[in-house]
This record gives sequence, structure tokens and C-alpha cells, in this order.
Amino acid sequence: MAELRTETMTVNMGPQHPSTHGVLRLVLELDGEVIQSVMPTIGYLHTGIEKTAEQKKWQQVIPLVERMDYLGAQSNSLAYALSVEKLLGLEMPQRVKDIRVLIAELQRMASHLIWLGTHAMEIGAVSMLFYAIRERELLLNINELIAGFRFFPSYIRIGGLREDLPRGFHEAVNAFLDRFPTKMDEFERLLTKNDIFRRRTEGVGTVSLDDAYQWGLVGPIARAAGSDYDVRKYFPYSGY
Amino acid sequence: MDPASIITALQSLVPGASFEAGQSVDFPTIYVPADRLVETGLALRDAPALRFNVLIEVTAADYLPREPRFEVVYHLLSVSHRTRLRMKVRVSGTGSLPTVQSVWRGAGWPEREVWDMFGIVFDGHGDLRRLLMPEDWEGHPARKDYPVQIRKAAQTYEPLEVSEEEFRANIVRDRAGRT
Repeated sequence: MAELRTETMTVNMGPQHPSTHGVLRLVLELDGEVIQSVMPTIGYLHTGIEKTAEQKKWQQVIPLVERMDYLGAQSNSLAYALSVEKLLGLEMPQRVKDIRVLIAELQRMASHLIWLGTHAMEIGAVSMLFYAIRERELLLNINELIAGFRFFPSYIRIGGLREDLPRGFHEAVNAFLDRFPTKMDEFERLLTKNDIFRRRTEGVGTVSLDDAYQWGLVGPIARAAGSDYDVRKYFPYSGY
Repeated sequence: MDPASIITALQSLVPGASFEAGQSVDFPTIYVPADRLVETGLALRDAPALRFNVLIEVTAADYLPREPRFEVVYHLLSVSHRTRLRMKVRVSGTGSLPTVQSVWRGAGWPEREVWDMFGIVFDGHGDLRRLLMPEDWEGHPARKDYPVQIRKAAQTYEPLEVSEEEFRANIVRDRAGRT
């Protein structure tokens, strides 16, 4: 029997409109469903924040950096405030450190919920997005409580915080923490025990630990490759 | 680990190169001569006492009107020793640097960003295209003499596309890189 003649297909993907998440253009070379090579074009959301910041006063930069990652706003303002404080040689009181860590971790959960929800949605588990967004709503409510702004609270400031925690904050956080573990179990049932989801993710796009370090990957991706590098443990900051 | 001990360790590994310690408020900072950059990178990555195996980022700073005008900054991380290092290289406005992709493979994109934003050329890069700005952008926006508020008409007269030949060449290069 004659060998089947196959050839790869070149597909353009994106760029989508800036209001969709993941604005990116990829020129893909596909062999069936396997990506043989990809040429990405990024920068569609590049707004030159560093250049804007050059013309601002230091404290005016907080709202700018919060918009760098609009899902994890306060992680950015924390990083910025810590850098300026480092240059000034300021040491924060323990209460400020504790509140910042608490805020940063709540923000991390809010951000990861969007990651999890959209990730699952894009490979077919559409309802997961609604479950994730429902929980994130509670975290946005907490943002609203502390600063009157759900997305970009600008609550973390150079030299501390905008003000002390408001009345009702502890109740709101406790209510979320009581509720969330059962929701996590729900997510597990929806995804981890979902055969389709697993077949579409397990073993796809794996990175070896050596490759991860060579390409400068850290954080969750490197940890998924077997690294134990976590900046919060290796170089503790702000009271972590 | 302080800059002095890193420099002492480097001097035996990269003989004849002159390193100096830089000012810093957090982790050690050293200045490396541009012509010994790749050698120094290899020593930093491989020497058992150093092991800076991850290149976290490459960026630059423009100190106009000082000459040499630019300092390219490499942030390194040693996972096994739990240390960080800031490596700086001075570059003049018209000068260039060797690429460090042979040392840390992930250097390609950050170097493209530094080229895009500051106009610093990395010799031997192989794919030194703009990373963030459109291909037909004029100038390098992060330079201190680049205006902050610039108005530029949207250039839509030709699609931003890669030609067939460029695309094939990319695929060939990618394949060569994988094997």
C-alpha cells in the first residue's frame, strides 16, 4: 500500500479584539492537532506604562501598575510599593505586612479563579467559568469593601495602606473562607474527575524541569515541572 | 553572598576581565565588561559555587546624557543556592552586546524587548525583531529622549504579515533549534 502523503497546515490564530482575554496572534504550523511550530506576535496590549510612569509622581504610579494585570491588580501594587519602600529604606509595621499578605493571597485566589474558569471553558467545560466567577464575585465584594473599587482598589500605597481595614472585613473574609473549600470540592468533581477535561490536559505541552529553567520559567509552570521554587519561600518578602 | 566574593570567584574563571561591584539596596550587583559577557555568563551558570541557572529578565536603563549611555541589566537566579544576582553591562548609544542565548536559552525574547524599547543591538541574536511595538514603529520608546506623548496615525495600509519565505525560514530555524 502506498504511503499516505501528509503535510502540515499553517493556520493564523488571532489577534482578537482587546476586550477579549488573551490578545495574541499565533501563526501555527499544525500536524493534525499537534503544533509543530508557532510564531507568536504579542504586544497588542502594550501601553508603555513605564514611559507614562516616568512623568508621574511616585505615588501616582500605583493605579497605573494595578492595570498591568487587571485580574491581579493588588499583586502589582504590592510589588511596586515594596520596590519604592526598599529604595527609601522603609520597614513596614507588622500590621501592614499582615494585611498586605492577606490582600495579596485573596487577590491571588481571585486571579486563579479566572484562570481556572477560562482555561476550562476554552477546552469545553463552559459551565466551569460561571462557577469560578461566582466565587470571584465574593472576592471582588471584599475589594469594594476595603476601597470602594472592585477591580483596581489602589488600597496598597507606598508606606502602607490607604486606611485600616473597614468594619465587616473579617466577617466577609471568614464567610468566604468557610464557603470556599466546599466549592473547591465542586471544582474537583467538575474537572479533576472529568474524563474529557483530563484527556485534553494531561501530558499536553509538558516542559521538563531543565527546559523550564533554561527558558526562565518560574512560578506555577516551573512547579508543575517539578521545581520547588516559590519566591515566597525562597526570598520571603512583606512578612510571608 | 556578597559582590566581592562573586567577583573573586569569577576572576579565576574568566581571567583578565575586570569586574566591579555596583551599588545596590537588595541583592549583589556586579558590572561585567561587554566583550567578556558570554564567558562570564557561562561561568556564572556552571561554576558549582555560583550556579545562576535561571535568567529572570533582561532590561536596560538609559542614563542620558552620560556616556556610555545605557546599562543593560540581567537578573539572575540560582535555585540551588537560593541567591539572586544583578549583572550590569555598560553600552554606548551606538554600541552593541553579544546575545546570551547560548548561556540561557530564554534570553531571546527579553533581548528583543530591550532592542525594541531601547534600540540596543544584540549581536548574533538571529531574530532581533520588535517584540511589543508594531514592526513599522519608528524609534525606541523607552529612551529618555523619546517623547512621552506622541501622536501617530494608525498604519493600516498594509497588513502586518510574515511573507511565505520568512515563515518557512522560521519553521526551519525552529526545527534546527529543537534538535
